[in-house]
Parts: sequence; structure tokens; C-alpha cells
Amino acid sequence: MTQASASFINVGERTNVTGSAMFKRLILEGDFEKALDVARQQVENGAQIIDINMDEAMLDSEAAMTRFLNLIASEPDISRVPIMIDSSKWTVIEAGLKCVQGKAIVNSISLKEGEENFLHQAKLLKRYGAATVVMAFDEVGQADTEDRKFEICQRSYQLLTEKIGFPPEDIIFDPNIFAVATGIEEHNNYAVDFINATRRIRQNLPHAHISGGLSNVSFSFRGNNPVREAMHSVFLFHAIKAGMDMGIVNAGQLEVYDQIPSELKEAVEDVILNRHPDATDRLLELAPKYQGDGKAQVKENLEWRELPVNKRLEHALVRGITDYIDEDTEQARQEAEKPLHVIEGPLMDGMNVVGDLFGEGKMFLPQVVKSARVMKKAVAYLNPFIEATKEVGSSNGKILLATVKGDVHDIGKNIVGVVLQCNNFDIIDLGVMVPCAKILQVAKDENVDMIGLSGLITPSLDEMVYVAKEMQRLGLDLPLLIGGATTSKAHTAVKIEQNYDQPVVYVPNASRAVGVCQKLISKEHRPAYAEQLTKEYEVVREQHARKKPRSRPVTLEQARANGFDFDWSQYSPPVPKQLGVQTISVDLAELREYIDWTPFFLTWSLAGKYPRILQDEVVGKEAQSVFDDATAMLDDLCSSKKLQAKGVMGIFPANSIGDDIEVYTNEQRQEVQEVCHHLRQQTLKAKGFNNCLSDFVAPKSSHKADYIGAFAVTAGIGEDELAQSYIDNGDDYNGIMVKALADRLAEAFAEYLHEKVRKEIWGFAADESLSNEELIREKYQGIRPAPGYAACPEHTEKQAIWDLLEAEKHTGMKLTESYAMWPGAAVSGWYFSHPDARYFAVAQIQRDQLLDYATRKNWSELEAEKWLGPNLNA
Amino acid sequence: MSRVSSEQALIDAAKSRILVLDGAMGTMIQAHDFQENDYRGERFADWHSDVKGNNDLLTLTQPEAIYNIHCAYFAAGADIIETNTFNATTISMADYNMQSLAKEINIESAKLARKAADKFTAQTPEKPRFVAGVLGPTSRTASISPNVNDPGERNVTFDELVEAYVEATHGLIEGGVDLIMVETIFDTLNAKAALFAVDTVFESLGKTLPIMISGTITDASGRTLSGQTAEAFYYSMRHTSPFSFGLNCALGPDLLRQYVDEVSTVAECLVSAHPNAGLPNEFGEYDLESDEMAEHIREWAQSGLVNIVGGCCGSTPEHIAAIAQAVEGVAPRVIPQHDIKLRLSGLEPFVH
Repeated sequence: MTQASASFINVGERTNVTGSAMFKRLILEGDFEKALDVARQQVENGAQIIDINMDEAMLDSEAAMTRFLNLIASEPDISRVPIMIDSSKWTVIEAGLKCVQGKAIVNSISLKEGEENFLHQAKLLKRYGAATVVMAFDEVGQADTEDRKFEICQRSYQLLTEKIGFPPEDIIFDPNIFAVATGIEEHNNYAVDFINATRRIRQNLPHAHISGGLSNVSFSFRGNNPVREAMHSVFLFHAIKAGMDMGIVNAGQLEVYDQIPSELKEAVEDVILNRHPDATDRLLELAPKYQGDGKAQVKENLEWRELPVNKRLEHALVRGITDYIDEDTEQARQEAEKPLHVIEGPLMDGMNVVGDLFGEGKMFLPQVVKSARVMKKAVAYLNPFIEATKEVGSSNGKILLATVKGDVHDIGKNIVGVVLQCNNFDIIDLGVMVPCAKILQVAKDENVDMIGLSGLITPSLDEMVYVAKEMQRLGLDLPLLIGGATTSKAHTAVKIEQNYDQPVVYVPNASRAVGVCQKLISKEHRPAYAEQLTKEYEVVREQHARKKPRSRPVTLEQARANGFDFDWSQYSPPVPKQLGVQTISVDLAELREYIDWTPFFLTWSLAGKYPRILQDEVVGKEAQSVFDDATAMLDDLCSSKKLQAKGVMGIFPANSIGDDIEVYTNEQRQEVQEVCHHLRQQTLKAKGFNNCLSDFVAPKSSHKADYIGAFAVTAGIGEDELAQSYIDNGDDYNGIMVKALADRLAEAFAEYLHEKVRKEIWGFAADESLSNEELIREKYQGIRPAPGYAACPEHTEKQAIWDLLEAEKHTGMKLTESYAMWPGAAVSGWYFSHPDARYFAVAQIQRDQLLDYATRKNWSELEAEKWLGPNLNA
Repeated sequence: MSRVSSEQALIDAAKSRILVLDGAMGTMIQAHDFQENDYRGERFADWHSDVKGNNDLLTLTQPEAIYNIHCAYFAAGADIIETNTFNATTISMADYNMQSLAKEINIESAKLARKAADKFTAQTPEKPRFVAGVLGPTSRTASISPNVNDPGERNVTFDELVEAYVEATHGLIEGGVDLIMVETIFDTLNAKAALFAVDTVFESLGKTLPIMISGTITDASGRTLSGQTAEAFYYSMRHTSPFSFGLNCALGPDLLRQYVDEVSTVAECLVSAHPNAGLPNEFGEYDLESDEMAEHIREWAQSGLVNIVGGCCGSTPEHIAAIAQAVEGVAPRVIPQHDIKLRLSGLEPFVH
């Protein structure tokens, strides 16, 4: 949405070498990094446009303007605002215009060198697409009186709008602010002249704007900032009333008009408005009294503490403030008839506000989770009182949540749990790796109203199907909710829903969960909703059945014939600097530099790329807040060592045989230690190969000595305990935060280790020098595909990594029966060094490959179908 | 048709109905499965570097194929087709060492499209057909550094872009286009250079053509690759008083809708939209069916969001036919009147 601007626009003035000694020094010394900080502070302090000026004799001004604007373009927190390109040299202005993608303002052009030059420049500005400041300056000189100011502006306006069709709204007049109180009598009326000329311009030249450099007016009081600031705000107060709507102002240094001490304000007004012949002397007399920096500290706004207690509770819930929750809850309890009424009354009312705001997209997930923290604290405070009266609270219903057997991922499930609790559902969370029998037993014992299943890895999909079949077999009548990263509406419709007669609902994200559960719990709405669901899934099934494969399948034989085509005879695989297994320990402090933050925000349902997301109009503020919390927690984790990272890796002699890779115990390559099995793409390729990872290792027949690496890393040692300790304290927010950060750190660990492997351990890219962003974009030689993901989707191959590395012994990391890694914050995979190695998706395979793979793995056909399910035709 | 009457015919047509653009050129070329030799043709048989993938070159070496694609889109119901010049600037052609051919490709591509348009206009004079001369984004970005260690670095300057675009624009006009279309804009500064060039050429020739501007929102962040929101991007471009302003490429119609809506709210000219046929699947193919895509676009039309619609990557004459049918009889969007205000932008819009 359009940023609403107040009637007056602040243009930041500190990025101006003629106005700021510090900025000038930074630019002359070439310290552009710090110079950017100056620009950033301007924007943070409220400048809506930033003025940039490089007019300095010792500088190549064009080069400096170009460089600085190019650098600003890479800083979204600065370049989000428009730029004012400020120079008295036309060449510098043009250099600047060639670097800004936004619509900028040029400062300035004027009639100083005559009409022809003025119109030529204006025409080019139109072509570049810029607005412009026009100085009240003509062939005779700078305008100082009211009449001269107005006449020059009027002439400029007519030339621009009538001769070349310059849009009047893109004209900003600067009728020259000059210093007053200089002791020279002729200067005394300068401010009044400006103000009056401003009024006339606004009345007579439609759509044009008025701007000016504010600091000039107080030039004679250099060194006395309180007086200067008072002069600025008094001048602005009157000029704005006359129609000045823009100004070059240091936004951080402007006194609030109403807060100027009345004695000082009066003296300053006499000077600005030229109300008294000896106004200057009187201000000079008064000035020393206000010398010095007497600004008050910014205080936290505590006005809400004055509200009635119910509103205070609501405010605390909406804002997620726990500081006063015990005292407020206590007061509410005293006022209530029964302690339970506090929960059912003001607290639930507050949570309803939260729920509504969330539903309307006005609150974001991290805020809701913080609200839940406040709610839990209040409830914890009330519990002893409630138990004493033996009351039972009312609830919307009871929901059992579990991450299915074989899977350890629970961030999403925890978020759903919190959001549902916020909406007055009772949640029984059975945690992770929960066997089907236990889920059904607890559901029965606790008499729950519905069951929610979650999972992240693909084998969990099958486990969900199994749970659904068991529920059918046992004749349960509870609705079943399905969620988690690999689940989908299509899978739910095709594989799960048909197996269970009661409603089965795919829930794509936490915000959807509430609506779904409310409809399912309502006796009134459930039948219609269930019917609607049945129809919806029928449609999905039909669509799915109709979907024709876009790419024609080929036989495995054909696919193999079109494998990666490479002349191995001309290639020498890089020899690792260090062979064999080694454990890796690294501090979190080092890993955090490698974090890819974008997925972290996705965990919190905040979509957008880091760092740009922090400036996002909709979610930026919340993203910044959750990012700040993450940073604080990372600081704590780095020093407390409550969370630790462990890893193990190794590089081994290896050669490929067909689609398998043989890993040897030593360089003699006689004894096979492990065979890794890979899958091949099996659709018709118009161009490119039918890829298989094994192709990137030299075939045995080439007689080239090649290698493969393996790794398993975790940053989750301690994550479960730590998260649980937060959750036990009613702080789900930080419970989720720990796991989300551990996940990011594990990914960072994998990135860190891969770099170390490329540069040192394998050493084929010793000279590589990449930034974190380039690392995230994988701009390096070699790949590190992970079993369970697109290029090697079959999960059981992780066992080979575990065996080769003795991963459990070295790191404590385990594999579940579904081959999920524990702790959840873990990454494992293979290293390939070949320069042409690329990531790809195996995607759909055919029956012939299934049978071939089963033979290679020594599996029954049934077993192969189970593990390759996601890659088979539905 | 003389140029003045062509412009008037275009304006009249846009008043009475929603106009239809063509679909993807690349997708149609892919179907031919041209090999290196086909790309080279006789003329470039001995060219010193590989040219396969240089689709604009096919204008010179496989003109029949390009002409037929244009005709297929007209036959499907398109009002406006785009010249095969997406990469025909000296800057992009340098990837194939073919800088020297840029102007010729622009001229010849414009002529091919002109020929197809004239043929169809002659067949159905009540439905005149138009040619939009395409200026693509080039393979370089003026706002983004190629070197992460030095964000201030650039591998192309504004002046270099202007020079390349001036030449291409001259070629397009010489070949007889009815409009100039700056499209798939992911870096606004590149587009500003293109429009600077177009204005320079117009001045030197003493005449103007209607300009279509179409940007690309690259992902769900709702911004161009160079970081602008759709509204900010519009404010960077509106000084050119375009005939139409809109969005194309990168997203399918479902994801693009909200940004088309945003543009529709702010733009004081016609609004165009030509989305991809969905997002690429894991094989890099687009699999949104024509009826499904047309359904989305019908809804846009009925909601009063658009004046000109078409397809980008993955769309085919089948898609265009379905789209043309879907918007037939639906009233075009009414251009809104906004207050006269100073409309500036950085990455975000600023209105005063």
C-alpha cells in the first residue's frame, strides 16, 4: 500500500559532504561502509527521502555519487525510500540519475544560466523520470525578497509546464532559506520573505511543492543546538502553515514545537517573524541558558496501564507482554466471582481478539505464540485457585496431536497446538515418534474429539495411511487431521481419505487449523462440512486420475543409455588431502555466520526473502521482532552451550558400477566396504541426461581412482530437553524458537562443513572464496545431496552413511525405523566432487527400475514398493 | 494502415474490448526441437561459436517457423503479437558473439511479424492486428552487483544499455512495428534506460508510437528482482505516459493475481497481464492447462482488473484461444482518475 505521508516531508540531510563534516571525512577516506550507516540512520530516524551530495573540491564527485548510489541500491533498508540527488553540477546529477531505479528528485536546476540551459536540463529530467527542485535563482542572482522569489518561481513554472509539458506536481520550488539573526539588519526579514513567498506560490502555481534547507536559518547560532532546534521548529511551524511541504531536515534533531520552553519560544518567534527590532539581541541573551544537551530519555509508553483491568489483560495478550500478567490476573480474580470466570471472561475475550486479528491477517504467527505465552502464564497463576474450588473449565473440545512413528519433526505440530490452545481447545500432545497403538489408546482413554497427525519425511505418509486404516478397523468416529511438510491435499485425498469413513482433513498451515476444528467440533456444522469435504476430495481424486504425465516415461535401459556422457579418460578426479573418517566439532558462534535465514521465517509463517523480509510492509515488523528474539537466543545458546553441534565426515575410495557406487576400504580398491544404491531419472529428455548420482563418480571400468564423501551433522544435541524446559514453563514461543534455530544451525553446519571439505579436506577448491549468500545459492563445485531428498529420494540409504561413518558412535545421532534422523536438527548426505555434478529430481520411476532396485538392494518387491512409494505412479 | 490510423485503431479497439496478446515464443520454438545446425542455417554454418539456443537468430535462419508461430497466435485470436526480439540487443547477443546482428534481427523480426499481422488484418479488417516490437531486459542488470564481495560493482552501465536499446528501437521501427513493448522487466533501471532510448529515438525521428511496459514480479515477496513493489515500479515508469502498464512472466495466474490487482489500482493507463502457464514443475515444464489458465483470466476480466491479456512462458496458441474466448464480451477495465500528487519511489512507493 501507498505509504501515507504527512503534510510535511522530511528529507534527510546528513549524507551531504557540504553539510556534515563527519560524512565528508568518511567519503574522502573512502569509508563507504560507514557512510552507508549514516544513510541508514537517517532512514531509521524518519527521513522519508534522503538527500545525497558529493560536491567537494577534493573529490571526483561523479565517481563518488555513482559509487555511493550503487552501494545504496544493495541496501534495502536504505533504498526503500526515494533519493534526492543533490549537486550544483549537472554532470554529477546525471551520473546520479543513471544509478537509481526509483523515481528520484533532483536538487536542483534553475534559471541561473538562462532559459535554454534550464529547459534542456528539464527535458532530460523528464526523460530520466525524475522530479526536480527548482531554485529561486535567475540570470540576475538568488532571490532574497518575497517578490523576487515569487516572480522567478512563476516564470520557471510557466516555462516548465507550458514549453515542455513538465508535470507541475513534479516541481518543488526552493525559495531560499537564508540565515536570520546575523546582526545585519537587512537579514532580519529573510524568514518572513520565505514564508510569504511560499504562500503566494502555493496559491498561484497549482500542484507545485515548496522545499528548503532548514539549517541555514539558524546558522548564526552554531554550537548551540537547543536554540537551533527551537529556531528550526518555529520556522517550520509557520512555513508549513504557509504551504511549505518538504524540507531538508535532520529528522533526529528537531524540537517538538509544543515542548519548547515558552520563554525561548517567544524569543525565537520574535526573530523568525521579525516582530521586534531588538529580537536578535534578546535571543542572544537568552541563548547561553539553553546551551548543552538536555534531552530527556525516551520512556516506554505505559499509558495502557491506566486502563481497566480487563482491557489491560487484552492489551497484554495482544501485545504478548508478560511483565504485569500476574498482578493483573490477581486483580481480575479478586473482582471475579470465581477464579474460573477470569479465564472464561476477560482472558478468553482477549484471546478472541487475538484470534480475530490473526484471522484477518493483522497479527502474525510469532505474535500469536507470544500471546499464548501470556495466556498460559495467567492460567498457571489461576490454577491453584481453581483447583481449590474444584471447578472444571469449559473448552471447545479436546484434540490429540502426534508426530507419527518414525518421525521426529514437531515444530509445525507444536505451532498448531499453540494456535488451537489460543482458541480454547484442550490439546493433548503426545510428542514425536508416537506409535499408532498409543495414539488410539490415548484417544480412547482421554475421550478426545479429534486426532491430528503430523510428519515431515516421506515414509511418514505411509504411517498416516496406516493410522487411518486402523481407525477404520477399530470403528472410531473421530475426525482425522493431516498436516506436515510432505503432506498434501492430493495425497490426503488419494491415499488417506478413502481408507476412513469419518472426516479426514488436510490442514495446510496453522492458521487454517482453527476454522477446521471449529467446524468439525460443532454438531450443527459437522455433517454439512463432512459432506463438502467428501465432495472436495472426490474432485481432487478425479483431477489426479486425469493428470496425464507431461513427460513420457522411458525404459530403464533407455534411461541408462542416456546417462551423463563424459570422457573419463581425459579427467583426473581430485585426490582428497585427507582420507578416512573424522569427527568435527565447531562452536555455534562460528556456525551462525552460515545461517540461511529465509526458511527460518517460513517456519513462523512469515513469507519473504531475508534480509528483505525485515523491511516488508506487511510482515516486516514482526519478522524483525522474531529475528531479534532469535538473535538474542543465539547469543545465549553460544555462551551457555546448552545446545551443541556434533558432526562426522569421511572421504573414501569409490567407483561406480552401473547405478551403484562401490565404496572401498582402502586405495587398493579390492575390498568393498559398502555399496550405495541410486535411482535414475526415467522420463524422456528432449535435452540433457537421464541423471543418476552414480554417474558423477568415475566408473570402475575407467580405471580412474575416484572418491565419495559422506557426512552426518547435528546442531540439536540438547534441543529436546531445552525446548521441553521452555514448554514446561508455559513458554511455547521459545520452545519452538529453540527447535527452529537448531534446524537452521544444522543446515549451517552442513554448509560450513561442505566448504571445509571443498577447501581443505578434499581440497579441490582451495582458492574458493564465496560469501554466505553465494553459499546459499550453491555457487560452488560439487554437490552434497541428502538421502530422502530429490536426487536420492530413498531414505534407507542413510544407513550406508551411518555404517561408513559410525555416525551413532561418533555423534550420538540415531536413525528411526522410518530412517528419520534424531535429533531432528540434523543433516546427512554424500559429497560428490565432479565439476559437472548437479542437483536434480529423480521424480517418477517405472516398474522396471523398481524391480531392478529391489534386486540390487536384496529386497522383496513389496518392500521396494514401500520405500519407493513417493516415486511410483499413484 | 498508416501509422496514425494504426494507433487510432488500437485506441478504439482497447476502448471497446479486452485485447489479447500472443503467448510464448520460446515454448513454440522448443517444440521444433531445432539443433545446432538448424540454428546456424546456411548463413552461419561456419560461425565460430555455438549458437543453439539463440532463438532470436531463428528470425534469420528459420524465418518460416517464426512466421508460422506468429500466424498461429493470430489464428488463435490474438490482437497483438510480439516480435521475436527478446534478446536482440548488442548486450544479449554478445553471449553468442553476434552483437553485429542485433539491428538486422530487429528489422527482420519486425518485418516477419508485420507480414503476419497484415495478412490477418486483410482477412478480417473489422479486427485489425498489431505488432509490438519487444525490447527485452538483456542478460545484465544495472541495479544489481555481479560480485557479492562488492555490492557497488556493475557489469553494465545505463549509458551502455541506452546505446543498445537505441539501436534495437531503430531496427524495430524500421521493420514496421505498431507499438514498442518493454517487457519482463526485473530491473527497473534497465527499463528506464530502455525508455530513455525509446524517447531519444522518437525525438530523432520526429514521431512517437504507443509504449507497453510490463514488469516481472519474481517471487512471492511481491517485488521485482531489483526489489521494488509493483506500485513503486509503476511510479518509476509513469513519466513515459505508457499506453499500457502491467506484469508478465515468473508466476502463474494464481500467484500473480494480487499484483495485477495492485497495478490495476494505481495505473492511470491500460493494464496488461500475461502470466506463465503455471510454475515450472520439477522438469522445468509448465503444466497449467489452457482451460484452467483461461478460467483465471476470465475472473480477472470480470473483476475489472485488465485491458490486455495474454500468456508468457509455457503458453501456446491453445492457451491464447481459450483466453480470447474467456474474455470475449467482458468489459475492459475502466481507467481510474487519481489525484495529482508527487509520486516518488525507492523500493517502496512514496506519494505526497
